Amino acid sequence: METNLAPLLPSAEVVLTALSVLLLDLFIRKDEKGLLVWISLIGLALAGGMALFLWGSHEGAFQDSILLDDFALFFTELFLGAAAITILSSVHYVRETNIHEGEFYALVLLSTFGMILMAAANDLILFFLGLETMSIGVYILTGMWRERSQASEAAMKYFLIGAFATGFLLYGIALIYGAAGSTHLGRIASALGQTKSHGSIILSAGVFLLFVGLAFKVAAVPFHFWVPDVYDGAPTPVSAFMAVAVKAAAFAGWARIFLYQLSPLQSEWTLPLKALAILTMTVGNLLAISQSSVKRMLAYSSIAHAGYLLIALVAGGESGGQALLFYLLSYAAMTFGAFGVLIALKEGENDHEAYSDFAGLGFKRPFLGMAMSLFMLSLAGFPPLAGFTGKFYLFRSAVVAGHIDLAIIGALNSLLSVVYYLRVIVMMYMEEGGAEGKPFARAPYLYLAIAIAVLGTVYLGVLPAPALDLSRISFISLH
Amino acid sequence: MEHPIQTDYLRWIVLLPLLGAGWNGLLGAQLQKRVGKWLVSLFACAPVVFSFLLSLAAFFGLLALKPEERFLTDRVYAWLSLGSLHVDVAFWVDPLSAVMILVVTGIGGLIHIYSIGYMHEDRSYWRYFAFLNLFTFAMLLLVTADNLLLMFIGWEGVGLCSYALIGFWYQDHVNTRAGNKAFIVNRVGDFGFILGIFLIFWSLDQQGHGTVAFREIATFASLLQGQEIWGIGVVTLATLFLFLGATGKSAQIPLYVWLPDAMQGPTPVSALIHAATMVTAGVYMIARLNFLFSMAPVTLEVVASVGVATALLAATIALTQTDIKRVLAYSTISQLGYMFLAAGVAAYGAAIFHLMTHAFFKACLFLGSGSVIHAMGGEQDMRKMGGLSRSLPWTFWTFTIAVLAIAGTPLTAGFFSKDEILWQAFSSPHGSSWLWLLGVAGAGMTAFYMFRQLFLVFFGECRADHHVQEHLHESPKVMTLPLVVLAVGSIAAGWIGLPGIFGPNLFAQWLEPVLGAAHEAHGSGAAEGTLMVFSVGVAAFGFYLAYLIYYRRALAPEHFSSLAGGLLYRLSYNKYYIDEIYQFVFIRGTLLLARIGVWIDQYIIDFIVDGSARTTALVSWVNGLFDNYVIDGIVNQLADSTFAAGDKFRKVQTGNINSYLYVILGAVIVAIIVKLRYWS
Repeated sequence: METNLAPLLPSAEVVLTALSVLLLDLFIRKDEKGLLVWISLIGLALAGGMALFLWGSHEGAFQDSILLDDFALFFTELFLGAAAITILSSVHYVRETNIHEGEFYALVLLSTFGMILMAAANDLILFFLGLETMSIGVYILTGMWRERSQASEAAMKYFLIGAFATGFLLYGIALIYGAAGSTHLGRIASALGQTKSHGSIILSAGVFLLFVGLAFKVAAVPFHFWVPDVYDGAPTPVSAFMAVAVKAAAFAGWARIFLYQLSPLQSEWTLPLKALAILTMTVGNLLAISQSSVKRMLAYSSIAHAGYLLIALVAGGESGGQALLFYLLSYAAMTFGAFGVLIALKEGENDHEAYSDFAGLGFKRPFLGMAMSLFMLSLAGFPPLAGFTGKFYLFRSAVVAGHIDLAIIGALNSLLSVVYYLRVIVMMYMEEGGAEGKPFARAPYLYLAIAIAVLGTVYLGVLPAPALDLSRISFISLH
Repeated sequence: MEHPIQTDYLRWIVLLPLLGAGWNGLLGAQLQKRVGKWLVSLFACAPVVFSFLLSLAAFFGLLALKPEERFLTDRVYAWLSLGSLHVDVAFWVDPLSAVMILVVTGIGGLIHIYSIGYMHEDRSYWRYFAFLNLFTFAMLLLVTADNLLLMFIGWEGVGLCSYALIGFWYQDHVNTRAGNKAFIVNRVGDFGFILGIFLIFWSLDQQGHGTVAFREIATFASLLQGQEIWGIGVVTLATLFLFLGATGKSAQIPLYVWLPDAMQGPTPVSALIHAATMVTAGVYMIARLNFLFSMAPVTLEVVASVGVATALLAATIALTQTDIKRVLAYSTISQLGYMFLAAGVAAYGAAIFHLMTHAFFKACLFLGSGSVIHAMGGEQDMRKMGGLSRSLPWTFWTFTIAVLAIAGTPLTAGFFSKDEILWQAFSSPHGSSWLWLLGVAGAGMTAFYMFRQLFLVFFGECRADHHVQEHLHESPKVMTLPLVVLAVGSIAAGWIGLPGIFGPNLFAQWLEPVLGAAHEAHGSGAAEGTLMVFSVGVAAFGFYLAYLIYYRRALAPEHFSSLAGGLLYRLSYNKYYIDEIYQFVFIRGTLLLARIGVWIDQYIIDFIVDGSARTTALVSWVNGLFDNYVIDGIVNQLADSTFAAGDKFRKVQTGNINSYLYVILGAVIVAIIVKLRYWS
């Protein structure tokens, strides 16, 4: 049987890049490590080009356990972009902290490979494989700054809890296999159709455990306890990578499994999922209010945003899928931006992550201050920025699906979130001191990353039509 | 209205101030340092002046058309498009928005020019103008948007700029707190507004016509009749939500609390934002969606009641305030209440008319008070003023004219517009004699507190200290000239909307294509005349009382303040303690919730953190070993304590993961119970 390898091209390219980075790392001097950045970026760009080239195809490989449709390609591009931004924004950071550059970039690339698999997996086992590939890379990335105890602590915690979540996930997959006789999504779906077995306890339990495992990965309340400590302890670029890419990968898997093939299974769970969404939004926002560190606040805000995204999953259907994909794009832009500004404040051993470190930033660094204001306003859902358009579509999908209460609670929550996002702006423009006299990082790569995030945040808000179309087409390609 | 005329210059009315804002925002600091403030002023004022000229062009363009065809539009590009929902970035000007853009750019332009003088000493001159321009842009976007979503951008934009300008002198924490308060209270209103938009869209979508464009909503609005959600008519619910939005922006009960605090900003900002433009957004929105509000009698009743209640409440507070700007702030709230009263009795034209005349005299009052504050070296307490008419003649005369106008003196602008509202409150099918009576009572109080202010500030002996008295001076021309223009407007602006008994109401005719013909009043000309005389009499009484107390000093104010044991006075002076109540209920409430959340989080995390501190010790120990043997470095942290801590690791470690597991297990069990409970 002929194996069609074309669908593997982008992910293979990413692995190849990672290996070249690792290998080259051995042979170059410390002051030449900049080369690794370029190789990684070029590799990512090549993979992105391949994904573009494959756009519109609908091919499977390995008995269709990998399916390269527009949905997978959309997320491939998202992950590649996220990896590129992460690398751009970490160049400065890893040098400041003496993190081994080669390993760092290679691990980012390898995790990205895992994510691509997750988005393309049409088989639960392969999905699991991708998830673990991604997770192991991120565990290590979290602890890469070995001189700092919080980083090791975070890595340890992340690993233990991640392993725990994996247990749920795997057990869920096993139960589903037991009930449907297959791990292949298509075959599970057809087994469901034939035997009307979706009333069975085993299947329900399996689906439930799968939900729990995914809820861990997207950091939904009450499976969120690890998030603040892990995001806080990890190197900031890795926190951004986790907040954006890891979350997006988990949502990609969730959408592929439960919004399409196994959607009848999810509809049984609408009520608990709704509760999960409401809880995640509300708790995330409430806890974010009382933080004194901006990094921790962003960690809680990422929990709250997971809650908003869950609205789209509850709503489901075409409008839900479109809103999910579009919001992930917007969320990526503004979150990377916010973390990027945080990285720009870093200086040597000192992270400068407290609110008070932002005091007066708006006057000392007008462009950085303006960028941060933009990200905060966008995260708070302020028009005409990406966050507003994204939320508009999320709430709209809820309303269309008849969950008006979810839309109202979501809107109330975004009102609540203004309180803590605003505090950053207040600090930057209405307080003095803080960063007084501090030399600011000369980090062109980082500023490039922030500039890209600014462009994304504004573009997705002002001219969202192309991205919305893209999101819709990508989601429809599942069917 | 079927074939709107396409133009391509409307966008520039909106975009020019944005360009000014961008220019000064990015380059202003450098320009101010290198070239001078005049260049900053030029780039700030010129765009607004040009916008005004273009607005005039649009106005005359409309005038040249037949009344039913008065409609210009400028479609820039398609913004959002999905299924049934198409939202354009498109601007439109019809008679209603023409009035608004003329007010915003005209009065806004004057205030820009006045600011050149007022802000001259400020080192953040450029920042001020950048925000002022950005504000003008947002306000113009709000009034020219052709759909609800684009309007919402302007709606949020004015809130944001207002926040930045209130907190402009951020060195003082009182100011930043006022800015925050304004922003957050406004966001509460915005929440209602966006829900209103969703409801309108969703219910129209049910009928197969999902849209947020005003013209299409108007076309399909009749389909909504009879639709219900949660047992309430969709239109009623949506308009109530929208009205909640309006109470936020236009400072009505229950969301008016931000406006008095907003006086912390520079005085021209108070004039522009908190008197002439931003606060009128709610009135404009209701007038814009008048066809929806007219379909919901319940909402109209709420609007009228809230309006008249706000008008009275704010007026009673204004009676006792001593800060020159605070009196004006409460009078603004009160006057906005009148506009909502008019809107609530479906007299949208009267609301817009009062909006326009009020913009003139309130801007004049605020700028005049700014001139006084300027002369007094920053003093705002009226008890320390007095006798300023001699040293500030221009300010005095213009201020007096504006006071006459707001008090409703016959033949001034305020007289015609307020009389129109009171008459409509009485005679409209939605009105009642109660609304009229309460409105008249408010008008009497308005006359009292405005003349009280006039007498306290400009008449009698000067109560300022010697040092301040020596430095008293009239403001420069660049400040007094706008005052004169506004004072002229405070009189003349009323003549285009004469009451029925004097002749044709040009203003109502102008708005007729948008707002529909005015109601056939069920009273006669004679009735209108009688009521008018009565309300003028009440206002005259208010004037006379103020005259006796504060000019002739024939009556001691204590005579009144000690009424009912001083309780009434204290209630009014302390603004009915509304701020304190809000603080207690909402802010404390939210913080309490947040604290509970933190406590729960901490409680669980404590286990983990506790253990992981030790985990860390072990990890770093292992790390240390690695470094020690492999890299041959010396690891100092390999101390006995670490070692001992590491020893305990296993015990604690097991504990913390267990506790975490219990939490998860708990969550899983709850979910299963929920699931079983609702087993399908």
